[in-house]
Amino acid sequence: MLFAQEKWRPEQINPVGFSNIFNPRDLVVATGKDQMEVLAVAEEALQSGAVGLVVTVLSKPLGLREGRRLQLAAKAGGATGLCVIPEGMGSNAAETRWQCGPVFDNNDSTLMRWEIIKNKSGTLGAWHVRWDPTSRRVIVVSPAGDRPGAADARA
Amino acid sequence: MRALDGPFALTLKQNNANRLYCVNAVAEQQGLHRGMSYADARAFCPDLQSRPAEPQRDQAFLHVLRRWATRYCPWVGLEGEEGLVLDITGSAHLFGGEEAMLAEMRSRLGRAGITVRIGIGDTRGAAWALAHYSAGIAASGDMLAALGRLPVAALRLADETTVALQRLGLRKVSDLAGAARAPLNRRFGPSLLMRLDQALGAQPEEVTPLAEPPHYGVRMTFPEPIGLLKDVMAGTERLLAQLCDKLKAQEMGARTLCVTLYRVDQGHQQVELRLARPLRDRHRILPLFERGLAEVEAGFGIDVLRLEATQVEPLPVRQISHVAEGRKDKLDDLITRIGTRIGLENVQRFLPADSHIPERSFIIAAAAYSDPGSNWHSPLPRPMVLFPPEPIAATGSRPPGRFRWRRVPLTTGRATGPERIAPEWWLEDDSWRTGVRDYWRVETLQGRRLWLFYTPQSPGWFVQGEFA
Repeated sequence: MLFAQEKWRPEQINPVGFSNIFNPRDLVVATGKDQMEVLAVAEEALQSGAVGLVVTVLSKPLGLREGRRLQLAAKAGGATGLCVIPEGMGSNAAETRWQCGPVFDNNDSTLMRWEIIKNKSGTLGAWHVRWDPTSRRVIVVSPAGDRPGAADARA
Repeated sequence: MRALDGPFALTLKQNNANRLYCVNAVAEQQGLHRGMSYADARAFCPDLQSRPAEPQRDQAFLHVLRRWATRYCPWVGLEGEEGLVLDITGSAHLFGGEEAMLAEMRSRLGRAGITVRIGIGDTRGAAWALAHYSAGIAASGDMLAALGRLPVAALRLADETTVALQRLGLRKVSDLAGAARAPLNRRFGPSLLMRLDQALGAQPEEVTPLAEPPHYGVRMTFPEPIGLLKDVMAGTERLLAQLCDKLKAQEMGARTLCVTLYRVDQGHQQVELRLARPLRDRHRILPLFERGLAEVEAGFGIDVLRLEATQVEPLPVRQISHVAEGRKDKLDDLITRIGTRIGLENVQRFLPADSHIPERSFIIAAAAYSDPGSNWHSPLPRPMVLFPPEPIAATGSRPPGRFRWRRVPLTTGRATGPERIAPEWWLEDDSWRTGVRDYWRVETLQGRRLWLFYTPQSPGWFVQGEFA
């Protein structure tokens, strides 16, 4: 997996934090000086097929041309590309767009709401998921609306 | 660099004490000498200026000088830490005799700002003695006549042997040569007489010339200038084949490669390639050059190509195993390719570190120069994202019920903690000056799960991370 972001960002992903989900030894981090470099790195990595997943953190809207180039690269390398974008700055070229956020729950601290807000080849929907540390996978739990926390999250 | 007028010394830390490593002439006049402790030297000479010595770079410079000295004769070796020894037998007449050669050496080195003491003698020992104790040329033939008046220390003896000889009254080389050999041999062992015989020519001693380090550079000249990318790549491929054969013979791998393209109008351009792993496989290196070579401006054409491995590392021959390493190779190539765009040091990976301090529990290392470490463990949950602590308005040692963070009002739903983490007092860290921290995992009703901490020693609340 490759994680690409711009150099100026103060946030730092913490390998200890996700070590029980994903082994940090398989992660390579690339920092570019602007979005152009980050996109170039992402394209190169998607194309090579050496990594299975490329996560890119973007700060500016993605143009149609850049988006299309990333898609072609991902198709050539058989890899998955994921862009983390600021709200409302999605690209029209994207296959799918998701909105994810944590949800408060009284007896679970891994509950999240994953909502697909754009899908070129399917319908939209929302799922409540939680992480199961023993089986190390995501479990889909009962749909939205049943619990009080879900209403808060949408508010 | 500028010359200093006042006393100047280089200092080196030896056995936990700062000692003078080298002093200039002015400092020597004021009574300083090598090996003196720096504190004493400052007391003797308050206006002493100093810099830390760098013996490794001195050695590198000595090797450069050694290479230069091969202009006088082919046999040049190193003598101790700060000397060269040249076997000029048969080459002195090319410079018009020994005096003329010595004068030329002096003038050339003097122009470069190097002070030298040169001695020429029939034997290596005699030359050493003259260079250290009375610079000049010994008349060929009788070495005892030339060395006789020098102190016994001129025979390259250990300090304790010199002192013992002086106690016996043998102060000069001529005294030692005139003394009975058998008692000396019994008293000091064979090494003393061996040194004496070597200096006087009774025992042979060779100069060991250093081998030239292998040079990893190849070049190619074209009869007609070329300009197409395809042609340049083909030329580079041929050069790479030659270079890789050379690297293979030496069991080395290239870390940095540099192609220089000379144009017909005398201009030249360089394309540098820094590899993520030492490599000598031309089929893997060549595609990595493509991006750099594509940017070259050919102008009226390129007529010389030069390829040099500017940085090499040992790469021993390895047993080929049945376990496929293809994916790892691909990742290395990807790192190289990304590195040519954003710089190899900007491609990083995480290595585990042994610390409870959250921001020091991992190390960020350049992926090209490190191997991935495993044994990651976190006994307590840690946030996915860390950021520099951001203060929030709250009081008390319990997490606040309501607070604002990044201009968003948040309500605490559940707080887990505290987990106390003490600063590592053995490391200087400004952000931990506020003392111990009590960390709380705060799950807000709005959804966000934050990592807050309270500093009881200087009360305040901060947000440092966010859980998924």
